[in-house]
Amino acid sequence: MTDAKPVLELEDIVKTFPGVRALDGVSFSVMPGEVHALMGENGAGKSTLMKVLGGIHQPDGGAIRMGGEQVVMAGPLEAKARGVMFIHQELSLATELSVAENVYLGELPRKRFGRVDWATLRDRTDAILKKLRVSFDARTRVGDLSIANQQMVEIARALTVDAKAVIFDEPTASLTDAEKVVLFDVIADLKASGVGIIYISHRMEEIFRITDRITVLRDGQYQGTVATAEMTEESVTQMMIGRKLDLSRNVARHALGDVALAVRGLSCGALYRDVSFEVRRGEIVGFYGLVGAGRTEIAETLFGLRDPSAGQILLDGEAVRIRSPADAIARGISLVPEDRKGQGLVLGMNCRDNMTLPQVDDLTAGPFMAEGAEVAIFDQYRDRLDIRTPNWKQRVGNLSGGNQQKIVIGKWLSMHPSVLIVDEPTRGIDVGSKSEIHKLLRELAAQGYAVMVISSEMPEVLHVSDRIVAMYSGRVMRTFTAGEVTENSLIQAISGI
Amino acid sequence: MQAGALSKALKRGAIWGFIVLELIFFSIAGEYLSLSGKAFMDFDNMLLLLKQSAPIGIIAMGMTIVMVNGNIDLSVGATFAIAAIILLDSMTWPVFAGLGDWVIPVAWLLALTAGAALGALNGFIVWKTGVDAFIVTLGSMLGFRGVVFMFNGENPTSHLNWTLVDFAEAQPLGLHTPTWFLLAATLAVWFLMARTVHGRNAYAIGDNREAAVNAGVRVGPHMMINFMIIGFLAALSAVVFYSESGSVNPNDGQLYELWVITAVVLGGTKITGGAGDVIGTFGGVIAIQLLRKGLGHIGADTSTVNLAIGLILIAVLILDRQLNVRGKEALKI
Repeated sequence: MTDAKPVLELEDIVKTFPGVRALDGVSFSVMPGEVHALMGENGAGKSTLMKVLGGIHQPDGGAIRMGGEQVVMAGPLEAKARGVMFIHQELSLATELSVAENVYLGELPRKRFGRVDWATLRDRTDAILKKLRVSFDARTRVGDLSIANQQMVEIARALTVDAKAVIFDEPTASLTDAEKVVLFDVIADLKASGVGIIYISHRMEEIFRITDRITVLRDGQYQGTVATAEMTEESVTQMMIGRKLDLSRNVARHALGDVALAVRGLSCGALYRDVSFEVRRGEIVGFYGLVGAGRTEIAETLFGLRDPSAGQILLDGEAVRIRSPADAIARGISLVPEDRKGQGLVLGMNCRDNMTLPQVDDLTAGPFMAEGAEVAIFDQYRDRLDIRTPNWKQRVGNLSGGNQQKIVIGKWLSMHPSVLIVDEPTRGIDVGSKSEIHKLLRELAAQGYAVMVISSEMPEVLHVSDRIVAMYSGRVMRTFTAGEVTENSLIQAISGI
Repeated sequence: MQAGALSKALKRGAIWGFIVLELIFFSIAGEYLSLSGKAFMDFDNMLLLLKQSAPIGIIAMGMTIVMVNGNIDLSVGATFAIAAIILLDSMTWPVFAGLGDWVIPVAWLLALTAGAALGALNGFIVWKTGVDAFIVTLGSMLGFRGVVFMFNGENPTSHLNWTLVDFAEAQPLGLHTPTWFLLAATLAVWFLMARTVHGRNAYAIGDNREAAVNAGVRVGPHMMINFMIIGFLAALSAVVFYSESGSVNPNDGQLYELWVITAVVLGGTKITGGAGDVIGTFGGVIAIQLLRKGLGHIGADTSTVNLAIGLILIAVLILDRQLNVRGKEALKI
């Protein structure tokens, strides 16, 4: 590999935005057949760097070289023409169209008079899908595919051209463990064919599993490039955040209170069947399973967004029927939803208004809103949760993922709930904020909240939970206590073994 | 954050800058082109302009809250016509014969109640069926208009009550009666949107309906209230206008919905909901009326006016998009 020229070389890239040096002298290179991890906390400059590479931003200084030759990425089309392909974290697919149309979107093969050459289109697409070893074909409507398979369609897109460098941006965010394995196989194939790969992820286990080298950014500054084999999770994390991080298992447990929430034989059509569990005050119950195991749907039922078809929900021992989210909130149930931006926050509104949204009805003076009281509530939870924002007037959309999540959590704490359901508490949140959120969840449990945590990340579930409910295909397979659970037994339970 | 504030200020100021531009242009152009000798910026002319803005303007206040809420109401023109007919016809009903001039408040009340009820009908259907407001009110626009024609065929409905005409033509404290109604509607909706929980929730629903539901906001009732408000204001607009004119044609109020939406969009309200305010809408209403009046002043005919307003609407939206995109890029760091 030593005498091969790097497929992609960045030298001293500088990009400034008004008031901010988003990239300050970033240099690294990607060799053919290398998987190169790009790491850094949210806001470290990874996205900006990728935009520079993709021709969306023009760098203010530095050079990009491909195969030793200096290039200027004038725009996304040029990047594509030079064989630099992006697989984005957020899917951008036309869900009503077929897989084939999506894969070749923008460059559908044509016959005379601009008619689409369907036969060629399908043949080419099927050839690519075959390489990806997926179970669907070119004619499938994208909207009918699972999120994981939609991700595969995105990857198929990158394979339509003779790619020299492929950039994966958090590709596993919505994939299950089994689906990740397929993805890693695809990456291994790309690697074997001499493509250079940039792999952006927050997930350490993946980084150590598939990458050859790691480049770390912090606040737009280049921190260095290291060989993955010489690093540990701790040393990489330290490079990213510049301090030591406590990833040890939480052991300080405390006495549990009464059962706050009990579910008996709850079913909801085909989504989940005969689910029973209970959550005590002061306890965190983790829900682990594959995507589609029915965990989010249970949370939605408890929050009044779905009606159960059978079974009982008991709050403090009393059977209740929860008709709507408003009803759930009135009964002391709160839900921090999976999709923070889509379901949890009103991005156009400011921090204060988001935080007081559920209780603004009660914060009135005569016919008007009591804005002073609202600010007081915001200030209280900003201090308690250490939300970093200049003031309450800041639009929530401008905050980082971790701070946004704290706004959602603060919103519910200010309602003094008894049951807090947190669905994917740290999705898309950087390492530093992640451990803060975990610590916060533990503290909330210690203060007597009954907490349900739904997560697709095994380390997270293991780290925060007192008990773990393992689900497979709509059923509870097993409930573990923190003391008895092992990674192996957990994986077996959620795989239906 | 700085860039966001700047683009916001630009957007807010844009409509007022545009109004100033119009005033300057028509004043100068009027010197050379106007057939009448009067100056365009004549005080009485400006008062008249406010008065003429009232019918569209009053409805536009309701449209602002409906659009911020993430809906739209295409049936306002037809509601306007129905309310007008009820206003004028009810004054001739034999049941009210003994009331003398006390028939006026009764007729007003009937017309306004009818408007609110028609709005409630729209809102109820949108709430309970979940069908898009655009489709629901497209249907009710056609349906309500059908009712108007069923009432009196192609013939106008007329009734002149001179007490009422005097009231409508009065100029208390210098402003015309319709102008006072416009100002009152603007102020009332401003308070509703900026200072009450209902207003706050309307913004939240329009920006992210799912998040609002998840925060326990009851979306349906809020939407229904907003449809009732716009129905009521469409009727109020009719009441104010026909108190003076005394005669309604079955075609009256047609295309009002489009003028109203144009004014609201010019005023900076997002068509997808979540952003906008009545101050901007007020500017949009004035800007359109200035344009109509100004082009008339320099001798242009109606078709030219429509062409000009259409072009300007598109130009404003392009400008708005430019400002937005630029603001966003600076924020994405």
